[in-house]
Amino acid sequence: MSERTLRILVGKPGLDGHDRGAKIIARAFRDAGFEVIYTGLHQTPEQIISAAIQEDVDAVGLSILSGAHNALLPRVCQLLKDKGADDIVVFGGGVIPDDDIPGLKSAGVSEVFTPGTSTEDIVKWVRENVTPRA
Amino acid sequence: MSLAHRILGGDLRAAARLMRDLDDGFRSAVEEMKLLYPHTGRAFILGITGPPGAGKSTLVDQLTAAYRQRGSRVGVVAIDPTSPFTGGAILGDRIRMNRHAEDPGVFIRSLATRGHMGGLSRSTGDVVNVMDAMGMDVVIIETVGVGQDEIDIVRMAHTTVVVSVPGLGDDIQAIKAGVLEIADLFVVNKADREGADRTARELASMLEMKQTKPGDWQPNVLLTEASRNRGIVEMVDEIEVHRRHLIESGALERIREERNARQFMDLLKERLFAEVYDHIRVNGRFREIIEEMAARRTDPYSAVELIITERFAGHRTPSP
Repeated sequence: MSERTLRILVGKPGLDGHDRGAKIIARAFRDAGFEVIYTGLHQTPEQIISAAIQEDVDAVGLSILSGAHNALLPRVCQLLKDKGADDIVVFGGGVIPDDDIPGLKSAGVSEVFTPGTSTEDIVKWVRENVTPRA
Repeated sequence: MSLAHRILGGDLRAAARLMRDLDDGFRSAVEEMKLLYPHTGRAFILGITGPPGAGKSTLVDQLTAAYRQRGSRVGVVAIDPTSPFTGGAILGDRIRMNRHAEDPGVFIRSLATRGHMGGLSRSTGDVVNVMDAMGMDVVIIETVGVGQDEIDIVRMAHTTVVVSVPGLGDDIQAIKAGVLEIADLFVVNKADREGADRTARELASMLEMKQTKPGDWQPNVLLTEASRNRGIVEMVDEIEVHRRHLIESGALERIREERNARQFMDLLKERLFAEVYDHIRVNGRFREIIEEMAARRTDPYSAVELIITERFAGHRTPSP
């Protein structure tokens, strides 16, 4: 059997137009040897999960700076569940207050990275927590 | 239930998974492709190629919308390069196309080249076949940004569009061999830019120099502005004219036959190589040969002849 290459979707749901962080993460994942599907700005949760399914990704990483994380991240998790695709790991990053993190995790978000997290730490977390689905 | 049966029943996750298995080189994918093969051969395959930054993804996005308006189901295979240093890739073609993500009549898949030369990934042909079996009427392949010599697309697509943009070079660039010879249609995109008419004229005059026989297809040069959806209807019309030409002239049958023959030969090469190489790697002959070559006791030419004889002696079928 050949080995799987890890595939990750990096997306920007919602209305904020700052994707520098998302691009830095995409680049760090590329340098870690992953295949990154970058879907660009202003995506709806529906568009993101359709892309995740068509691309057969192992994880979806979402960058949110707009403050709408409490709406958008659980919505993505719910839609994946509805499609029977909740084996896809969801993680998020951005300006997210610590108080919001437990609620996001109970909604199905596996990890939340706040400002100041190094790309090395995020790559390390992915390697430890995302395995290519069999 | 097998992935193939689920795919034929319309299961998108199964299709996405088989594409992954094909890309990752899983043996099980071969069994699935055997089941899907009878359901392939119906889709029209359109290739879009051109240099990086020419606007290929934006064109593919507009073409997808135009074909959807005409009632066709559309598959898109978009290829981006793999980093030669890390093996990773950023597949960004979807940025321009993801408005179609929710349309059940569209399926988009991004592939990384994974070291394959020629503008496509090794898995492209099989992924196209999966989309064909899914019932896509048109499958659009977007190559990586190409230079002058990555022309695998012409062996995969029924109609090949070469996208150019103003200001890439003088007219001698346009008469070089390679990418410019494979076009069934030229598109000068970003036609609002200065020099677009000149680029189109230079391409047209290059085409006039070409020796043609009566009945041969004559590629046209069209101007588009994909980001503003200008020239797209004319582009699809011209693609459809070419498609009819392929059907009426019998060229489509020839293209399909050539593609079948090539696929068979590629698989045969791959399997024969694996058959021999796996054997000598396991039994130690491979190491021996490399060592004997280092000592100049044998040469690679004699070693290959010897290995072939060893492996296939006794297996020869009598000549008819």
